[in-house]
Parts: sequence; C-alpha cells; structure tokens
Amino acid sequence: MADARTLLRVTDLGKTYATAGRTVEAIRSISFDVAVGELVCIVGPSGCGKTTLLKCLSGLLAPSAGSVSLDGQPVTDPPEKMAVVFQEYGRSLYPWLTVEDNVALPLKARKVPRAERDELVRAALEEVGLAHATTTYPWQLSGGMQQRVAIARAIAYRPEVLVMDEPFAAVDAQTRADLEDLVRRVWRDLGVTVLFVTHDIDESVYLGERVLVLSSSPTVVQEDLRVDLPDDRDQISTRALPRFTELRTHVHEQIQRAKRDEHSEAVEPHAPAAHT
Amino acid sequence: MTALARSLVPTLRTVGLAAGLPVLLVLGWGLATQGSQSFYFPGPATVARTFVDTWFGPAFVQDVLPSLGRFGAGVALSIVIGIVAGTAIGTTPWLRELLEPMLEFFRAVPPVALVPVLMLLLGIGDSMKLAVIVSGCVWPVLLNTVEGVRGVDPVLTETSRSYRVHGALALRYVILPAASPRIMAGIRLCLSIGLILMVISEMFAASSGLGYRLVYFQRSFMIAEMWSGIVLLGLIGVVVATIFGFVDRRVLHWYHGLREVARG
Ligand SMILES: Nc1ncnc2c1ncn2[C@@H]1O[C@H](COP(=O)(O)OP(=O)(O)OP(=O)(O)O)[C@@H](O)[C@H]1O
Ligand SMILES: [Mg+2]
Repeated sequence: MADARTLLRVTDLGKTYATAGRTVEAIRSISFDVAVGELVCIVGPSGCGKTTLLKCLSGLLAPSAGSVSLDGQPVTDPPEKMAVVFQEYGRSLYPWLTVEDNVALPLKARKVPRAERDELVRAALEEVGLAHATTTYPWQLSGGMQQRVAIARAIAYRPEVLVMDEPFAAVDAQTRADLEDLVRRVWRDLGVTVLFVTHDIDESVYLGERVLVLSSSPTVVQEDLRVDLPDDRDQISTRALPRFTELRTHVHEQIQRAKRDEHSEAVEPHAPAAHT
Repeated sequence: MTALARSLVPTLRTVGLAAGLPVLLVLGWGLATQGSQSFYFPGPATVARTFVDTWFGPAFVQDVLPSLGRFGAGVALSIVIGIVAGTAIGTTPWLRELLEPMLEFFRAVPPVALVPVLMLLLGIGDSMKLAVIVSGCVWPVLLNTVEGVRGVDPVLTETSRSYRVHGALALRYVILPAASPRIMAGIRLCLSIGLILMVISEMFAASSGLGYRLVYFQRSFMIAEMWSGIVLLGLIGVVVATIFGFVDRRVLHWYHGLREVARG
C-alpha cells in the first residue's frame, strides 16, 4: 500500500486568517501524502485547524502558504472528483428540497442523465437506510438521519476522494457505531479514498488505516501513524484487541504531548514530525 | 360523527372570530344611522343598494377593470424588475457598493411626490400611472431580494461550491429559494403599496378608474356612491391578500414547516 500512487499531496500548507485587524495562525505548516484508496483519519484537539485544513484541501479556501495537489494538479477550485461532508451537516442540506432532491442536485450539476441519476440516488439512500424517507424534507428528520442524508449525497456523487469533517459528533452511540461501519463499507465497496476528521481518538483508530495526529494551534503534524489492525473490523471484537488499546493509548499520549508542547511552544517551536 | 364534530368546531370558531367583528361593526353602523338623516353618513342598507347599482353595471368595465389592470400590470412589473435587479445586485459585490447609496435615496423619495414629475415626462396616460405604481412598488421587492440573496447560509454556499453547483442551477435551486422568504415579504408590501398608488395615480388627471370615480363622486356630492367605492377598495384589498396568502403557503411551505419544527 505504501508504494501505491499518490493521490493527494499537501506541501507545507499554512493558513493564517486575517480578520478586522486581528490575525489568527490556524495552521503553521502541514505536509502529508495520501495514496489512492487509503482511509486516513485526522485527529487533533478542538480548534486546531482541522476544518481549515479540509477547506484548503477541498479548494474552498486558498491557503496562505504551501500548496495542495490532487492527482498532480494544483487544487485552486473545488475538484470534480471530491465530495465533502461538512461538520454542520444540518445546515448543509437544502431545506427547500426533499431528501432525494438534496442527493440529486450535485448529480444534476454534473449532468448525469435522469435515469442514472435516479438509480444513484436510490442506491445511496438505501445504503444509508433512508429508502423510506426519500420525499420528506431534511427538517422533518432527526439529526442522525440528516447526517445520513449528507453522507448519501456524498456517496451518490461517486467521488474519488471523500472528505468528512467530524461527521458523527452529534449522534448517539448506536447510530455512531452504525455510521462508522457504513464508512468502512463504502470505503471498501467503492474503492474511494477517505479523509476522515474526528476528535475522537477511539474512532480514529477503529476507522483508519492511518491516523494523522495534529498538534494544537499553530498546527503541525504531530505524528503519522499506521494502524495495523485486521482489515475486517468489528465494533466489539476489534475494540477488544490488545493492539487496539495500544494504538489508542499511543495516540492519546501524542495528543497530550501536543498540548504540553503548546505551552512551551514560545520557547521551542517544533518542526513537522517525520513520517513513521 | 364525533370526529366530524371535532373538526367542525375549530373551523366554525375560526370563521366566527373572523366574521364576528365586521358583522358587529355593520350592526353598530346600522344602529347609529337609524332614523338619522345625515347626508354624509348613509346607513348600511343605502350603501349596499348603491354598491350594487354603482358597480354592477357599465362602471365595472369603465372603472373597475382598468384599475385592476393597472394594479396588476404595475405590481407584476415591480415584482419582475425587483427580483431581477435585486438578484443581480445581491450577487455582484461591486454593483452593490456602487448602487447602495443611490437605492437608499430613491427609496426615501415618497412616490406620490413623483406624480407631477412623471406627468410632465409621460403625460397623463396609462404609462404615467404604471410608472407611479412601479416607482413605489419596486423598492420593497428589490431591497428584500438583495438582502435575501446576500443572506444565504455560508454553509449552503460552500456545499454548492464543493459540489460544483453553479450558474443557472445555483440560481434556481439555491439562491432564489434561499431568498424566497424575504422576496415574499417584499411582495406582500408591494401589493399594499400598489393598491394605494393605483388610487392616487388615478386621482390626477384621469378619466377612468376607481380613484377617478371616488373624486368624481365626492365632487358631485354623491356620498353613498363614494362610500360604496371605499367598500369596493376594501374588498379588493381582502381578495388580493387572500390570493397572496394562498400563493405564499404554496411557495414557502418548506419555510413554514421548518419554522414550525424549530418552534417545537
Ligand atoms: N473564518 C475564520 N476567520 C478567522 N478565524 C477563523 C476562521 N475560521 C476558523 N478560524 C480560527 O482558526 C482556528 C482553527 O479553526 P477550525 O475551525 O479549523 O478548527 P477545528 O479543528 O475544525 O475545530 P473543531 O474541532 O472545534 O471543529 C480557530 O482558532 C478559529 O478560531
Ligand atoms: Mg471543525
């Protein structure tokens, strides 16, 4: 896997927000590569710039420094082959469109013929267990169901890269477990490359093939960790593996270290961590 | 049976409440004018009789239809101009910066003050009357459209950008629906201003229309006829508001539903 073709390359990416006379250095310098078909989780403390990173990756925000390239092409505008599930998923659904029309609109923009579009929408909604709710409106659904609509919209788009920003922060434990398995299934079935942001350490280890740990702001990559758990993951048995516990403890320690470093940061700014 | 009764009672209650006050007012009016011979305040029976005699005849074609035509055309033109210009201004930052101070100025000018100017420029025909109506009615639609278009939730804008929904598709499925609650609020204002301006524009140098008739009756001391004209205007207002309410519920059903859910 390590020698697979590089799909996404982030080079010395930095982002400083300038608003009303105040500047916030959200990201100092981030570099990493993602190969075709990888499932990478990005963890980091709240406010460390995870959403900022994703917006730069997806061409929604211009970086202040460095560059992002997808398939060798520099990303300046939202790329055609990428779908994003936003952190504020409820607000990312069009309230005047029904569930199926929400899922269908991006396909319409891509000029997918009617019959094929209907089939993609139907299949995606069935995949997330919302086949019965096609003609309801998003605001008639619970938070977890709205989240599944947002995921269905991304799946129906058939992206090469699926980017998700803390998608399960607001759903109950059971729904969360189901959605985690859904993401793994979609990743395997569609062969899509997934970037999954979370601040839940267990989730990152359970889901990911690789975990990128970000430091606190100003943000760098604290660690790049390969998750050597079996491919077939199961909510109960995988989480009970000794290796799972080791990995999550390791990530936990990294994040603790990131927080300590934050306080001594003025004295000794750290360099981007090397890949492991 | 009980189910029918249960659904009937609230309906009756609504109708009763809505109709109750007008009925009481007319009764009070009748009692107050009972036996009085006041020239200026005829009783309801007299006004009702005059209403039928005055408006269900040639006057319907001569005055009511032209007035409604001007009102309809003026309002329709205002809505189209308001939405088109408002969308262009709202989606183009430099255009907005350029025009905003001027828009504020024109909006602040009372449209009635424009009547003499427009008479000079356009004469006293229908085009003057249309211009008066439009000069007052476009502003609420235009300014509300600008605000609505600008107020699209940034998360939705980013969603549309990341899925590459642009241009006409974005306008049709994102920008205009997002602005539609504001646009409908603007149209509601436009309708009530339009009715007022229709009457006023017809009071100046006109030879037909409701405004013209009202002034004519007043000058000829046809007091019952004058009152019946006012009743007619009130009725037109109610009909317009009812039609608007119907359209509003259809166009904004998602919005009303969303707000109901948000309220709990
Ligand atoms: N549009 C903006 N203008 C100015 N500062 C911003 C803007 N967006 C984010 N920031 C700042 O950048 C930093 C990183 O924000 P970001 O939303 O990327 O963090 P995050 O890791 O996604 O946080 P969370 O886990 O809470 O979602 C924060 O300090 C935030 O205040
Ligand atoms: Mg975030």
